[in-house]
Amino acid sequence: MNRLAVELPGLSLKNPIMPASGCFGFGREYAKFYDLSVLGAMMIKATTLDARFGNPTPRVAETPSGMLNAIGLQNPGVDYVLAEELPWLAQYDVPIIANIAGSTVEEYVEVAKRISKAPNVHALELNISCPNVKKGGIAFGTVPEIAAELTRAVKEESAVPVYVKLSPNVTNIVAMAKAVEQAGADGLTMINTLVGMRIDVKTAKPILANGTGGLSGPAIKPIAIRMIYEVSQAVSLPIIGMGGIQSAEDVIEFFYAGASAVAIGTANFIDPYVCPHIIHDLPPLLDELGIQHISECTGRSWNNGQTVYCGT
Amino acid sequence: MKENMTIISNRQIATGIYELTLAGSLVQRMHTPGQFVHVKVGDREPLLRRPLSLCDINHEAGECTIIYRAEGAGTTLLSQKLPGDTVDVLGPLGNGFSVSALSSGQRALLVGGGIGVPPLYELAKQLVNKGVFVTIVLGFQTKDVVFYEERFASFGGTYVATVDGSYGMKGFVTDVIQHHALSFHVLYACGPKPMLRALANEFPHQDVYLSLEERMGCGVGACFACVCRVPHSETAYKKVCSDGPVFRAGEVVL
Repeated sequence: MNRLAVELPGLSLKNPIMPASGCFGFGREYAKFYDLSVLGAMMIKATTLDARFGNPTPRVAETPSGMLNAIGLQNPGVDYVLAEELPWLAQYDVPIIANIAGSTVEEYVEVAKRISKAPNVHALELNISCPNVKKGGIAFGTVPEIAAELTRAVKEESAVPVYVKLSPNVTNIVAMAKAVEQAGADGLTMINTLVGMRIDVKTAKPILANGTGGLSGPAIKPIAIRMIYEVSQAVSLPIIGMGGIQSAEDVIEFFYAGASAVAIGTANFIDPYVCPHIIHDLPPLLDELGIQHISECTGRSWNNGQTVYCGT
Repeated sequence: MKENMTIISNRQIATGIYELTLAGSLVQRMHTPGQFVHVKVGDREPLLRRPLSLCDINHEAGECTIIYRAEGAGTTLLSQKLPGDTVDVLGPLGNGFSVSALSSGQRALLVGGGIGVPPLYELAKQLVNKGVFVTIVLGFQTKDVVFYEERFASFGGTYVATVDGSYGMKGFVTDVIQHHALSFHVLYACGPKPMLRALANEFPHQDVYLSLEERMGCGVGACFACVCRVPHSETAYKKVCSDGPVFRAGEVVL
């Protein structure tokens, strides 16, 4: 038995560890460090219909236990991703979750339609929560009805299951989760970054050229844990958890909160080998905790040891 | 690509400027001047690595030298490290200066501004070893932050300028170049963007290589934090960390 294997809609994962979208490009850079086939899955960089340059620099600023970024969805466009990046990734035994973004419902739908037909794309991650783009994005991620409408439209055209990436920049994340669940989402990924800002003491101006940016890293971990804890009890969708994970212990904490798999973001920048290290560290940690299979951990903080989501 | 390197020495060589010598097997992978290492200074905070360019590579001793300015939280913490301590180093990263652009007997002009000076040291060393004649122009804000003048002077004619005139010629590196009518086959520069821009404008038809600095996230090309634009395109870009930090003048928008 592979005690790390996890079954989720569209995804048979050999382990529940995957790099988070936007923190791993399309894998080429990290393939120089290790064999990407060790990963449970890979969430590729947000893809839009046309190529985007993104925001001016500076695009990153460090914060206590975290970092702000305002990249602005820079990507080469869906046709390039389909022609170059996904075929290149096909050499690895790793299912791809394609993060898709857009400014209009039509753009999301068009990207979904095209990218979901790639043979190694096993699921979509609907990016309704990027805080760094001026047009679209925010309303899709903060108004339940609009999020539901978008989810429904993408679901209709997608050839693979659709996971919706929830924004923490809302007053009621459970309402958002329920809305997209009713609209037919197959799963949730959470959380995206929190909107933040840093100001340069010498210039009195924001450090990021965009002004605000998305906060990620260990600083946001308790928020992610709380939100997954709440949402996992309110919906019956599987959750891929993310937000400041750096270690195998963090992974277990996310599972206990209600996640069924996790994604690693900012930690890749600090240690390029973090994903394989966590995968390596999980089995001994499960031994230590007296846990047979990692799926037993899902929701354990609130379900008294019942297995809530385990497709195996 | 990643190693806990041992600190051999870490000493202040000018006001706020530190020279750090590290030992480890990663040194054997370091070959190109202008490449950088991505250094994790503390176990937890600061969270991100710091990109620091290589100043000197010594394969025989298995040591490399980095010069940095103790400015923010990370570099200040680094300045407090002692010989025997270790730092987590990722690298070498990026594409450095092309030494093959010149052959023996040709002339190189090396221009450094402030904390952009260090990578020119290994470059000067490799060019001189090749038989290239080097002239070096170093620009600093003020006398207190001048460093490595004598060491550069062992490689070739070395001129120093300070913005406030407290040492060397008063003014900028471009003033020195004009004043002495310095000529070259290839110009290599590292320093603040206005300096690089001035050099690119001054010598639009010559072979000019510029090393850029930008706030970085991952340092390996994955996060798209340190991109710069390419002339005449709305969407084309280069990443400073993995396509650079050294670019040919005109290759990217400064």
